[in-house]
Amino acid sequence: MCDVCGCGDTRVVSVDVHTSLLAHNDHEAAHLRRHFAEIGVVAVNVMGSPGSGKTALLEAAARALAGTRRIAALSGDLATRLDADRLAAAGIAAEAITTGSACHLDADMIHRALHGDFGARVAEADLLFIENVGNLVCPAIYDLGQAQNVVVLSVTEGVDKPLKYPVMFQKADLVVLTKIDLLPHLPGVTTRELRDNVARVMPAPRVIEVSAVTGVGVEDLVAALPPVAARG
Amino acid sequence: MHELSLVHALFDQADRAVLPHGPERVRRVEVAIGALAGVEVDLFRTAFEIARVERGYRSAELTIERVPAEHACSVCGARPLAGAPLACPCGGRVALTRGGDLILKRIELEVPDV
Repeated sequence: MCDVCGCGDTRVVSVDVHTSLLAHNDHEAAHLRRHFAEIGVVAVNVMGSPGSGKTALLEAAARALAGTRRIAALSGDLATRLDADRLAAAGIAAEAITTGSACHLDADMIHRALHGDFGARVAEADLLFIENVGNLVCPAIYDLGQAQNVVVLSVTEGVDKPLKYPVMFQKADLVVLTKIDLLPHLPGVTTRELRDNVARVMPAPRVIEVSAVTGVGVEDLVAALPPVAARG
Repeated sequence: MHELSLVHALFDQADRAVLPHGPERVRRVEVAIGALAGVEVDLFRTAFEIARVERGYRSAELTIERVPAEHACSVCGARPLAGAPLACPCGGRVALTRGGDLILKRIELEVPDV
């Protein structure tokens, strides 16, 4: 600073921004939502811990929906395309998104996956399952253009998970309790308590109970999926 | 940890907001993090420190306002008690009214006073 006129002095300027840090993802997700509406596909974002039974649930849904719905699936994992291969074997038009180190899928990844051959297969479907990276935390805040958020919670994870991971349940449209055939082996775990805990973190609780092994509840799952969209 | 990608989204937005001055003049970045925004505040601070220098924000301090979560019934306005079931006795739809957002609020720069 010069001591004659004060030139070289600095002042503090405040710039108001007030924008969501997810603005870019939300913008891309809005694009996806319009695209899905145009091609007559409803997208279902399936989230849950690793090993909660997401892939087995989608295999069971594919068996139950065979001949009535045309299903495509995108399966996100850090590595391998094992889940996509399983879903393809179940009759689903499936593709893998290998994220490398990312712990969640975002709208840009879905957009990129829809370019090319797989996009054409999705356009022939009426239901797109997006099987998110196994993780009960990070995927919750990323809109993927879905019509429905499904959280898969296996009874073997314990009754307290909804209370410990409230954000994902806050965002859920449907909670699927899986592996209920194992309840006899889990002293202290009841679906009543699981439902009660879900109701403390999910504003409009909607819970169904499924065993992909015995098939119990698979019809409830099928009935709870969004209906076929009008094209256009 | 998705906090690092969120911090890069923050700097992407800040890069545009601080034009024409540039990131090296930024002294403070203020964000608001909701209790149900899905962000771990300590991890967010760590991610900010990791990315700050690489993105050119050498002198930027991070200020975090923590916003508590609030639900309310969209029909009668009643708020559920903390930890209690969210459903409203009136049957109205309950929604999150506060604490779900992650917002870049304000950026302070030190610029030449000419």
